[in-house]
Amino acid sequence: MTSENTTKYSLRRRPKSEKLIDESFRKLTIAMAAMVAVVLVSILLVVFFESTEAIGRYGLSFLVTSEWNPVTDEYGAFTAIYGTMLTSLASLLIAIPLGVGTAIFITENIIPEKIRNLVGLMVELLAAIPSVVLGLWAIMVMEPFLRPFLKQLHENLGWIPIFSSEPIGPGVAPAILILVVMILPIITSISRDSINQVPDKLREAAYGIGATRWSTIFNIILPAAISGIAGGILLALGRAMGETMAVTMIIGNSNNFSWSILSPGYTISALLANQFGEADGSQVSSLMFAALILMILTLVVNIFAQWIVKKLSLKY
Amino acid sequence: MIQKDLTYKKNLPRNIIGKLLTFASFCFSTIAIAPLILVLVYVVIKGGSVLSVDILFSEPQPPGDDLGSAGGIGNAIVGTFIITGIATLISLPIGVGGGIYLAEYSKGGYFARFIRFGTNVLSGVPSIIAGVFIYAVIVVTKVIYGSMFSGIAGGISLSILMIPTVIKTTDEGLKLVPDELRKASLGLGASMFTTITDITLPSAVKSISTGVVLGLARAAGETAPLIFTALFSYYHITSFSDIFYEMSSLSVLIYNFALEPYKAQNELAWAASFILVTVLLLMNILSRYLGSITTNK
Amino acid sequence: MPRKIKQKKNICISLENVSISYGKFEAVRNIYCDLPKSKVTALIGPSGCGKSTVLRSLNRMNDLIPGCSLKGRVLFEGIDLYNPQIDPVEVRRRIGMVFQQPNPFPKSIFENIAYGARVNGYTGNLNELVEHSLKKAAVWDECKDKLNDSGYSLSGGQQQRLCIARTIAIEPDVILMDEPCSALDPISTLKIEETIHELKKSYTIIIVTHNMQQALRVSDMTAFYNAEELEGVSGGKVGYLAEFNDTEKIFNSPDHKTTQDYISGKFG
Repeated sequence: MTSENTTKYSLRRRPKSEKLIDESFRKLTIAMAAMVAVVLVSILLVVFFESTEAIGRYGLSFLVTSEWNPVTDEYGAFTAIYGTMLTSLASLLIAIPLGVGTAIFITENIIPEKIRNLVGLMVELLAAIPSVVLGLWAIMVMEPFLRPFLKQLHENLGWIPIFSSEPIGPGVAPAILILVVMILPIITSISRDSINQVPDKLREAAYGIGATRWSTIFNIILPAAISGIAGGILLALGRAMGETMAVTMIIGNSNNFSWSILSPGYTISALLANQFGEADGSQVSSLMFAALILMILTLVVNIFAQWIVKKLSLKY
Repeated sequence: MIQKDLTYKKNLPRNIIGKLLTFASFCFSTIAIAPLILVLVYVVIKGGSVLSVDILFSEPQPPGDDLGSAGGIGNAIVGTFIITGIATLISLPIGVGGGIYLAEYSKGGYFARFIRFGTNVLSGVPSIIAGVFIYAVIVVTKVIYGSMFSGIAGGISLSILMIPTVIKTTDEGLKLVPDELRKASLGLGASMFTTITDITLPSAVKSISTGVVLGLARAAGETAPLIFTALFSYYHITSFSDIFYEMSSLSVLIYNFALEPYKAQNELAWAASFILVTVLLLMNILSRYLGSITTNK
Repeated sequence: MPRKIKQKKNICISLENVSISYGKFEAVRNIYCDLPKSKVTALIGPSGCGKSTVLRSLNRMNDLIPGCSLKGRVLFEGIDLYNPQIDPVEVRRRIGMVFQQPNPFPKSIFENIAYGARVNGYTGNLNELVEHSLKKAAVWDECKDKLNDSGYSLSGGQQQRLCIARTIAIEPDVILMDEPCSALDPISTLKIEETIHELKKSYTIIIVTHNMQQALRVSDMTAFYNAEELEGVSGGKVGYLAEFNDTEKIFNSPDHKTTQDYISGKFG
């Protein structure tokens, strides 16, 4: 009786082939996962080894000189590094209040849900517009529109070093503004998600003892959501530092250092985009050095972002 | 003094501050969505107005050759499809495979933690670095059949940007599949392989496709990794072997022609933007739609 | 200034023909009820009869739920709480609420209590207030050595008493409690009940409970809510107030048979 039954299940003992498939599939997924590590590590190694020549020749002076002369073979990335830091930090300063404010507006019960969702969708669609299209818009539409205002700034406040040059077209200030447009969706959508994750019971607790909406937001909701928001801000910073196309198109690509945000400037990524294609010899190595610096900057910011999300997470 | 009266008093500091803050947050969100509207309006007006059948299918003219016309963007449209297609072919197996490992096999050990961390770091690597990397290992070394700048090199560099998105969404999508399903299948004596391919992957396929579409949309709009890997070409693709040569794409066309002093080329950049933005927005809305059917289930 | 409406003496909150809906769905219908001052009133009834909905309407917590609307009048000190001129924030400062799940803020124990006092513009000595409130909620002994620890370092029962202390600290006239013990173990439940006994000397308390014994132990008055099937809508139910009387009367000789059946555990 039993033997009759078991024979119907020819697979009662697993055949070798099934075990083989099972095991090879597992190994395959491990290999695929390992590809991530391989790619990441080889990016670091390749960029590092390609830049050893420049590192050996210029050392740390590469960071503080702003000479960039293929004829005399003298290279220094100070202007580009300064430009990267300035544009990314300045755009972050503008985008934080805008992004977090928008996130609050579309999560807390201020306007009807349908409008909230629509605003949220639009901000996220903004992230879908390619950088190069924003760059096109920036040089063709935004910069000509802004120029009279920037001229006013220069004429009235020209004694301040950052407004000390005549705006002549592409420059650092429009680059900062286009970066704001690019990182706003990141800050907004991550802040929105973090605020949505704050449990409703905390909101109720605050309202239940007579707190106003904004007291609840500032004292309860935002502190509870701070880890996610801070992580999102850092991700946005990393994105702003590495952002290439729109900035390349609007920043003016000049390696002459200037304090003025109305004059043209450079960022590391713009430097790479502009010069890598037709570079040779020690210029390639110098560009790789610049790429290495950019890589390290964004790595530090991204790792810090992951760390801060863990560190600041509140228990509730 | 305790407020004994329950009416709303609009002069109370807390009510004035509240009103101001509410107004400020309203202004902030208006400012936040203004660029989307402005960019869309310009892309539609400037790009849509010059669009014609001829532009959609013909090849672009080198700047300065013919001041009246800049040709079309036909080869760039095809090129964008081919390059992102190559990127998808590479990143899909790696991303889905890696995601399956993270969600199904790993037990939170050192290796899996490192891969998750690496995925996050890789997604933060600036896109231009991906271009620099591929330039150094593929373009300069001519490892692929001796070709230098090529559609393949461009596709590979875009795949570096797609992989993290695909891994993450696969990982998260699989984690959303209830453990009961997995246990039920394993409890019947099914192998891990059949459990994953027959039970868990099909349940997660919608969220995975959401991620793939999003990753694809990001890759299709990228320019920086292409400008010194795929470079640009003025000619139509005529045979399969063309993928080993310079290939044009919409995004590089926009970049190159936006900076030209000729009006005809600028107009072509707007037309290309119109096509690119339309396709990308549709893809985004498609991924949202896919996401919404997942949640309704 | 909204017109004062006369209320009976010694009545704290009156519901006059109150119906509450979520969107198109009506949750409770035509409630008339006078909740007495300085007493404990228990709201009991089977699940889905709208007890919590009624409770949350008393300090306008339902405002937070999109689509929730109320018809009729809720009178507090002769004023309709749903008059458009009324500020819900003021209302909640006078009528505090303790929730089903303990929900301390992710802040220190001290800050949990100080926050409510601060938003209410408290100018006195915060240390005294914190101590006084914790003592009143009978959780001072467990907390006094770790006021700077997170509210989440406490056990569930202690967290709930912390939430009661937080509500006491804003000196409300009325405390609403929405099944405050449903997430707690029996010992913590007993402690909360003792706290309620202490509190009723100074506050009007309205408590929703699933636990008949608890209603009997803590309350002076009991309101029994029931739900009836809606005609024509399958599965649709609407809550109503079935019986409202002294707790003793409700538990010993209720007027209605359904009340008797519910109390003796025949349904619910």
